[in-house]
Amino acid sequence: MLETIYTFFKPHLLPLLYALVIVAVLPLLAGYVVLLERKVMADMQARLGPMRVGPHGLLQPIADAVKLLMKEDIIPESADKWIFWLAPLLSVTAGMVAMAALPFGPVFQIANLNVGLLFILGVGSMGIYGIVLGGWASNSHYSLLGALRSAAQLVSYETAAGMAVVSGVILGGTLNTSALVNVQADQHVWFIFVAPIGFFLYLVASIAETNRAPFDLPEAESELVAGYMTEYSGFRWALYFLAEYTNMIVVASIATTLFLGGWLRPFAGTKAFNFLDYVPMLLMLLVAGYSLYRAPKQPVPIQKMVMVAVAGLCFGLAAILAAPVFIKTGIIGAMMPGVHGAFWFLFKVGIYLYVFLWLRFTFPRYRFDQLMKLGWHFLIPVSIVNVFGVAIASYLHRTEENGGHGWNLWAAILLTTAITFVIAAWLAKKGDRPPAGPVTAEKF
Amino acid sequence: MNLDSISFYFFAALAVISAILVVTRRNAVHSAIFLVTALLATAGIFLQLHAEFLFIVQVILYVGGIMVLFIFVIMLVNLDVAARQMQFNRMWLVALSLTVALGAQVYMVFHYAHSGVMEALFRLPAAPAAALEPNAEAVGISLFTEYMLPFEVASVLLLVAMIGAVVMAKRKV
Repeated sequence: MLETIYTFFKPHLLPLLYALVIVAVLPLLAGYVVLLERKVMADMQARLGPMRVGPHGLLQPIADAVKLLMKEDIIPESADKWIFWLAPLLSVTAGMVAMAALPFGPVFQIANLNVGLLFILGVGSMGIYGIVLGGWASNSHYSLLGALRSAAQLVSYETAAGMAVVSGVILGGTLNTSALVNVQADQHVWFIFVAPIGFFLYLVASIAETNRAPFDLPEAESELVAGYMTEYSGFRWALYFLAEYTNMIVVASIATTLFLGGWLRPFAGTKAFNFLDYVPMLLMLLVAGYSLYRAPKQPVPIQKMVMVAVAGLCFGLAAILAAPVFIKTGIIGAMMPGVHGAFWFLFKVGIYLYVFLWLRFTFPRYRFDQLMKLGWHFLIPVSIVNVFGVAIASYLHRTEENGGHGWNLWAAILLTTAITFVIAAWLAKKGDRPPAGPVTAEKF
Repeated sequence: MNLDSISFYFFAALAVISAILVVTRRNAVHSAIFLVTALLATAGIFLQLHAEFLFIVQVILYVGGIMVLFIFVIMLVNLDVAARQMQFNRMWLVALSLTVALGAQVYMVFHYAHSGVMEALFRLPAAPAAALEPNAEAVGISLFTEYMLPFEVASVLLLVAMIGAVVMAKRKV
């Protein structure tokens, strides 16, 4: 009996394990992204941010989670109970299922789908159902307005994001996520340098798709209380937040895989830059050393202990990252691509998320008509032109045996990017001009 | 019973049950949710048959398209009035006879396929899953070589529909 069960599950053991790791780690990660966001916000506004719970607020996410778990869960009397209950779950599930096709390293990937990139995009965008259904089921005007705004925003910006992804797919020639990274490794170039406009378009569209500031109109506090989650409280509300941060991590991972070389180290193919292998270990040692240095200065004994624990964790990670660099043989040496791949992947995702936060605290929120105008009159035309540009560049670069012209890659890229940029600048300038003639009531 | 057949029966049952619920729910939003479930279950069957491209197109186009349906339901249908209206019309006798006829046909197909009278006609040989080529590429290549003209015609048709919608929606300036 046990034997049958074992043989039945044997091919699925590793993916199951990976899935468990992701489901277990993700909420913790999302909590710490929230802490990071608050700290970055505080830094940009010349404040300290959370400082009370744990040293430098390090235990704040855990305290928040406990508080949200113990809060009363209110369901409005006139709400559609089932859908109200289902909606946040839908949002979280969509984000987590999308993670299944992400390559966190050459080994760490749950499902290596042939259409992986489309899978992540399609399943990830299903999270919007949670938002629309939650907003509708709350039976409140603020919620409904937030939900409809969210739907309109997604429909407008998904086209631009999809077109930006297409420009990367043209360069890679595949939809398979790990094959995309391998192509970038073979060509010795990240696609951000080949399709910079595509990356920029994806950055803007992905902020809009995850409903983040400056495009956070579905939950605009100054207009709609809290948008689609006005009526939510306690853990259901926390699930919406988890979904939002999961989606942020998913879009950051797509951008990392497609444009930033996925799990590859910078200059992965060049021997002269092999010293970069020491960087992850040194970074961890630096954090550990700083934590130890700060530990005696904490006011309360328990905070000293937490600081030492953080230092210990960083030392452990440094040891794991250092082992395959120094011992190149046997099972430890074989861990090298997996461990360092995961480090570089998460590092790039972290940088992308930092840009998200940076933009959030830099720009004021768009008005809804400005948002629509930016999407339809600027991003979508530019993204279509960009697809043409990238396609022409890769046609010019192709060797003559394959029906191309055998141009130098950089010459072709420079030419088409310049043309796309000129068209984009013209569109932006055209959009700035106020409509001709006096604006009357009939015009609106 | 291997994983393939388990997942097939799971998705098939899910599709059938949610398809029935689509027509029996009184609330239009609930119907739309079950339509999403039915389409997702169908997508699952495609994936189980190793048709990855069909699977993801089903998810993106159909399941994503229901989003717009939701908005129509929310904005156009008065749910309170709709809930009080009669749900089924009185033509059930016609519907029943059609259903019986269709059921009989389906039964006959299965019956003859198994009894071997016309086995060659009903039973197409299944290709082993391992021998299938990556079908996103295969679909793309056949669209842009063999079916180039129909593909372009379909694109132009969509473009015409889009321009028509814009012209109709645009107010006179």
